Amino acid sequence: MNAEVKMMRTAAETQYADALGSLPATGAIRDLRAKALSDFIEKGLPHRRVEEWKYTDLRVLMREMAPLADRPDASAIAEAKKNGVLANIGAREITFVNGAFAAELSNLKGLEKGLSISTLADALAKDPMLPQLLAGLNPSKYDAVYALNTAALNEGVVIDVAAGAQITKPIHIRHIVTGTKPVSVFGRVFVKAGKKSQATIVQSHSGPDAVAYQTNTVLQLSVADDAELDVVRVQAEGDKAIHLSMMIGAAGAKSRFRSFTLTTGASVSRHTVPFAFAGKDIRASISGATLLRHKQHADMTLEVDHALPGGESRELFKTVLDDETKGVFQGLIIVRPDAQKTDGRMMSAALLLGESAEMDNKPELEIFADDVQCAHGATTGALDDDLMFYLRARGIPKKEAESLLIQSFFGEAIEQIENEKIRDAVMLRAGKWLAERSVK
Amino acid sequence: MALLEVRNLQARVEDKEILRGLDLTVKAGEVHAIMGPNGSGKSTLSYVLAGKSDYEVTGGTATLEGEDLLELEPDERAAKGLFLAFQYPIEIPGVASMTFLRTAVNAVRKKRGDEELSTPDFLRFVREKAKELNIHQDMLKRPVNVGFSGGEKKRNEILQMSLLEPKMCVLDETDSGLDIDALKIVADGVNRLRAKNRGFLVITHYQRLLDHIVPDVVHVMAKGKIVRTGGPELAHELEAKGYAAYENAA
Ligand SMILES: Nc1ncnc2c1ncn2[C@@H]1O[C@H](COP(=O)(O)OP(=O)(O)O)[C@@H](O)[C@H]1O
Ligand SMILES: [Mg+2]
Repeated sequence: MNAEVKMMRTAAETQYADALGSLPATGAIRDLRAKALSDFIEKGLPHRRVEEWKYTDLRVLMREMAPLADRPDASAIAEAKKNGVLANIGAREITFVNGAFAAELSNLKGLEKGLSISTLADALAKDPMLPQLLAGLNPSKYDAVYALNTAALNEGVVIDVAAGAQITKPIHIRHIVTGTKPVSVFGRVFVKAGKKSQATIVQSHSGPDAVAYQTNTVLQLSVADDAELDVVRVQAEGDKAIHLSMMIGAAGAKSRFRSFTLTTGASVSRHTVPFAFAGKDIRASISGATLLRHKQHADMTLEVDHALPGGESRELFKTVLDDETKGVFQGLIIVRPDAQKTDGRMMSAALLLGESAEMDNKPELEIFADDVQCAHGATTGALDDDLMFYLRARGIPKKEAESLLIQSFFGEAIEQIENEKIRDAVMLRAGKWLAERSVK
Repeated sequence: MALLEVRNLQARVEDKEILRGLDLTVKAGEVHAIMGPNGSGKSTLSYVLAGKSDYEVTGGTATLEGEDLLELEPDERAAKGLFLAFQYPIEIPGVASMTFLRTAVNAVRKKRGDEELSTPDFLRFVREKAKELNIHQDMLKRPVNVGFSGGEKKRNEILQMSLLEPKMCVLDETDSGLDIDALKIVADGVNRLRAKNRGFLVITHYQRLLDHIVPDVVHVMAKGKIVRTGGPELAHELEAKGYAAYENAA
C-alpha cells in the first residue's frame, strides 16, 4: 500500500487544470506549457507542510481560481489609461491590460540602438531558442506559481539589451487590471541584459480595489558578464487581489545587479526571488519595503545562491505592519563550495504598528565554503516611545510624529534605488500610504 | 497670573514615588534655577511638565497661564508654549534635521493660529538662529542628533528652543558635558531669548551655568520637593557647601 496520503484536489486546483488545459496550444511553447501543466496537476498548490510555503498556505488562501480574463475592450483600455502608477518617471512604457499586451498604451517607437523589445509571441516567432532560454531560468525545484505561469504562457514581453548598449531611459512594464469582475491574469517578462550593457527596468502592478482578481507574474532576468541592471518593482494591486510573483535571476561575472520592490497592494501576495550568482565577482543588492494595512498578508521569499567566488550580496527588507496584517520574510543565502570570498549580508526589519499584526522572519544561511563573510539579521519592534516623545515634545502631533518615524524606517530601503526620479516616485507612493493611515 | 504654577505635584514612575508635593511659581520674565543632588527628581519634574507617559501624576496641579497642563498631550503642551531642553537629547536616525525642524515649527505655528512658513522663509529663519549658536550647516544636513557630539546636541536643543518661540522654557542640565566655550554659546543663546513675556526654569547641578545665565530665584530640590528658595547667592552657597545637608534633609 502507498503510505503517502494523496491530497484531495481543491476547487482552485481543478479550475486551473481545466482552464489552462483548454487554452489553445501554440507552436514553440506547446511542450513547455504541457509539461508545466502536468507538473501542476501532479503536485498542485502548496500548503503549510511545504517548507517554503509554511507561512503562506496557498491551498487555504486561494480557494478558487478566478476565470481567465477576456481580451481588453475599448473601455478596459480607457480605464487602464487613467489608472497606471509611477507615471512621471520619464520611462518608456510597455503596458499590459488584463494580461494582454496593449499596443495603444505602449511605446515601441524610436528604440535606442541596441534595445529590442518584442511581445512574447513575436519573440517566439523570431527566436526558436527562446523557450530554452526561458527554461534556463527555471526555479531549481517545483514551484506552483511558476508552473501555472508557464502552463498559461501566452502574453509577455522580451526585452533584449545588446552587448555594450547603455539604455538610460528606464523601461516601465505596466500590468494594469481593470473592471469589476474577478479575473485571472498571467504575465511573463524576460530581460536579457547583454555583456557590458546597462539598463533600468521598472515593473508595476495595479488594479481596482474591492475586486478579487488574481495576478500571476514572472520576471526572468539574464544578466551577462559585466552588465549593470537595475530593477524596481511596485506592487500596488487592488486591496482584494491575490498577487503571486517571481523574479528569477542569473548573473554573470562582474555584473552589477540592483533590485527594489515596493509592496503595498493585494490582500494576499507572495514574491519569490531565486537569484543565482553564476559568475565571479558579482555585486547584487536585493531590497524592498512592504507596507501593510487592514488584513493584508505579504510574503517575501529570497533564495540567493552563490556558486562562484568573490560575490557580494546585500539584502535589505523593511516591513511595516499596521492593523491585523501578517508579513513573512524568508531569506536564504547559499554559499557553495567554490564560492570563496563571498560577502553576503541580509537584513529584514519589521515595524509592528498594529497590536494584532504579526511578522514571521526566517533568515537562513547555508554555507559550504570556508573563507566567506556572511551575516543575517532579523528584527521586529514597535515605534520607540522615547523617539515619539521627543518629536511630540517639539509640537509634532502623534500622526505626524509616527509618520516621520515610519518613513525613516522604510526610507533606508527606498534609498537603495539608484535612479533619483524613480526613487522619488516610490517615496511618494509610500508617503501616500502613510497619509492614508489612521492613527489609533 | 503666574506663567507656570505648580501646586503640590506628586508623581511616580514604576511604583516609585519621585515627586512628593512640589510647589513652584514662575512669573513671566523670570529665570528660576533648580539645583539639587542627583536623583532628587529634577528630570522627573521636567518630564512630568512635558507630558512623558512613563510618569504617572498621582496628585497636585500644573498650569501654564492658568491652563491645566496635565490634561494635554505633549505636542499640545509644546504648542501652548512649553519647551523642554532634554538632559539627554536622543538621536533619530533617518529623520533629516531640516525636515524635523520644519515639521515642528509649522506644527506649532499652525496650532497657534500663525501661518506656516514658506520654504525660503523657514531656511532663512533656521540659518540665522543656527549661526547665532555656532551650528554649522553640515550638522543640519545630518539626521536629528546623529553623530553630534554632546555639546552639539545641547546646542541643537537651544536651536529648537529659539525656533519654537516658547513661553516657558525648561532646561534640564543643558550645561552638563559642555566645555567653557560651548557653555558660553549656550548661555548667550538663552540670554538672547530672555524676554518679559517668557519664563525659564534652569535645572543644573553646578552654579557655573548661573554665572552666565543669572537667575532671579534659586530653588533647592531634594527628595522630590523644593526645600529651600533664595536669590542668586544661594547657588554660590551650594557650590561652596555641597548638597550633603539636603540629601539628609527632606
Ligand atoms: N524611567 C524611570 N524608571 C525608573 N526609575 C526612574 C525613572 N526615571 C527616574 N527614575 C528614578 O527617579 C529618581 C529621580 O530621578 P531623576 O528625576 O532623573 O533625578 P535627577 O534629574 O534629579 O537626577 C531616581 O531615583 C531615578 O532612579
Ligand atoms: Mg536629571
